[in-house]
Amino acid sequence: MADMQTTTKSKMSARGVNVFYGEKQAIKDVSIDVDVDDVTAFIGPSGCGKSTFLRTLNRMNDTVASARVEGEITLDGENIYAPSMDVVQLRARVGMVFQKPNPFPKSIYENVAYGPRIHGLAASKAELDEIVEKSLRRAGLWEEVKDRLGDSGTALSGGQQQRLCIGRAIAVEPEVILMDEPCSALDPIATAKIEELILDLRGNYAIVIVTHNMQQAARVSQRTAFFHLGRLVEQGPTTEIFTNPREERTKDYITGRYG
Amino acid sequence: MTGVMIVFVVIGLAAIGWIVARARATRLQVEVGRLATNSRPTQHGWYVALWTAIPALVFLAIWANVMPGLIYETVLSETAAQQLPADDFSRGAILSEARAIASGAQNGAFNPLATAFVEPFREATSRYSAVGAVLAAILAVAGGAYAFSRVKPDFTARNRVERVVMWALLLASLIAIVTTAGIVASLLFESIRFFSMVNPIDFLFGLKWSPQSAAMGYGNDDAFGAVPLFWGTIFIGAIIAMIVAIPLGLMSAVYLTQYARPETRKWMKPMLEILAGVPTVVYGYFAALTVAPALRSFAATVGIPGASSESALAAGLVMGIMIIPFVSSMADDSIAAVPQAMRDGSLAMGATASETIRKVLIPAALPGVVGGVLLAVSRAIGETMIVVMAAGLAANLTLNPFASVTTVTTQMVQLLTGDQEFDSAKTLAAFALGLVLFVVTLLLNIVALRVVKKYREAYE
Ligand SMILES: Nc1ncnc2c1ncn2[C@@H]1O[C@H](COP(=O)(O)OP(=O)(O)O)[C@@H](O)[C@H]1O
Ligand SMILES: [Mg+2]
Repeated sequence: MADMQTTTKSKMSARGVNVFYGEKQAIKDVSIDVDVDDVTAFIGPSGCGKSTFLRTLNRMNDTVASARVEGEITLDGENIYAPSMDVVQLRARVGMVFQKPNPFPKSIYENVAYGPRIHGLAASKAELDEIVEKSLRRAGLWEEVKDRLGDSGTALSGGQQQRLCIGRAIAVEPEVILMDEPCSALDPIATAKIEELILDLRGNYAIVIVTHNMQQAARVSQRTAFFHLGRLVEQGPTTEIFTNPREERTKDYITGRYG
Repeated sequence: MTGVMIVFVVIGLAAIGWIVARARATRLQVEVGRLATNSRPTQHGWYVALWTAIPALVFLAIWANVMPGLIYETVLSETAAQQLPADDFSRGAILSEARAIASGAQNGAFNPLATAFVEPFREATSRYSAVGAVLAAILAVAGGAYAFSRVKPDFTARNRVERVVMWALLLASLIAIVTTAGIVASLLFESIRFFSMVNPIDFLFGLKWSPQSAAMGYGNDDAFGAVPLFWGTIFIGAIIAMIVAIPLGLMSAVYLTQYARPETRKWMKPMLEILAGVPTVVYGYFAALTVAPALRSFAATVGIPGASSESALAAGLVMGIMIIPFVSSMADDSIAAVPQAMRDGSLAMGATASETIRKVLIPAALPGVVGGVLLAVSRAIGETMIVVMAAGLAANLTLNPFASVTTVTTQMVQLLTGDQEFDSAKTLAAFALGLVLFVVTLLLNIVALRVVKKYREAYE
């Protein structure tokens, strides 16, 4: 699998990635490409390393003292683990949405303005207002909050909070958005809204979504990667993975035999 | 038999009851089988022990209070009592002298009449003590026997013993509350007496504090204006000390929670907390003997006027150091309580560690930090030793930190030490000051706890 399409330009590609937590290896020799036009879903039983691998893509593993990453991961052909790579820049280009909505205990406006402020994206208040509005519109939240931008972000409902976090990530104009089970803490209606939003965002950003929900992967993604015990077992077009998996383990997982 | 001995006897009886009852309960348990018994043998033991000890000890406590009266009456019924003077005062004096001699607290009689009563006193005392001891012993044995007769397999000794324990715990907590209420009542009572002599408005808003001149009879007019004291207290405790403690405490909390490696944190945090355990008198020494002279010579070299060897700055700086652990440990807790998800969220946006701390962690932790600071202020303004030793006594209303100022607590110490009559305005002023201090610190604590609680709820 590691030798497939290394020549075509992928947004991000990983080659032979190993991740260790201290002595324990959580990711074993994973190679995968992420394209701009696709939503890529990572599926697999819990504890198989989906989050761990996702976090290598924007170097959030740097915040875990025991974590160590081997192998090569590139963004537009540039190694993100190279010493010359500025992790602050990297994370501005590769945004992340977490499992549990984590708005800052600040106003809705300030939540979205946070990224543009620290990266100096707005020259004036008017420009910042514009970015905030645009991001909230894209996140499908604008109509619901435009009259109360000063309210605390933490006072929103769970689904709204998660869309706020997506808006917050979008506000810095990332190229890739990583989502780690973004709907697992939400009710079905809020989940449907987020899925709709992901479909809307497709094409503007390369999106990677971790999910334990098979239907969700089938609904929102074009490519799917199945992880098991730290290894990438199989990847390919979503329809193919779901209708005609090559590996026995993938089939077992998809048909709900374990996981 | 002395009072102490009978107490020991009762406790001894209780111990015997405990052993015997436990042995019996164990035997019964073996006979009926374990499942049939409600309580463990030990609990039966305690039940009997409590029944032996409590009624007897309660009786002894009451007896100790009624016995002196009984003794007096017996002594007065002696024939010799007819020679006693009629007026209560000299009569009482003679009798207490006789009693003192009888109990061995005094050797010779000052008043010859007293000698006649020594022997009756001695006799009556030993008689009533003996009566008390016997009654207590009877009560102990009777109580113990009653309880022992109830030791049966299905007897609920456990529930009863636990109820006694519950009452004992309740009593313990009531003692603290009642004591507090008593203190407040006495503060209030004495303050009301003070305010009947000095107008509260003059006290709370007056600018001149000189209780000595009032005591010397120069008139009360403006001698009890406490504003200079309030100012000195705020200047030292809420301004200078906080200027030192807030940034240092906050920065050390940030370092400890965000930057320090676990091993570093492991020894550094306790070290910091030791600061809170240093007796304040030691800080006072440090302030008075090291910091204050250094500050004065500094002020003299730089040419700051009005520098004194006791200064607001010396006391405030040292107090600030003392308060650091309060601020830092509250800040540490509140920063640590900010969910990791906040931090990750910020870092994932491409924020640096220091941006994350400044823009997300500290604002999120702020209510907790504010609560900690308020608690620290309340502690600082009530602090006494440092200001007594280093701040001085001059009730100056000044903004110059190198000048001497005085505080509420310093003046309270000043007003109450030495020979005092307890009903002069000068002495009573200390209670009024205490009341003000009490009310202010109480309010600060209430507000602080509210703020902290609100904040805790925000993350639950
Ligand atoms: N911070 C960490 N320290 C040590 N081990 C970790 C840490 N995070 C995850 N792991 C371990 O790595 C493995 C993969 O975890 P994770 O990536 O969270 O799986 P998933 O997201 O697929 O459920 C698990 O065995 C987990 O226990
Ligand atoms: Mg996970």
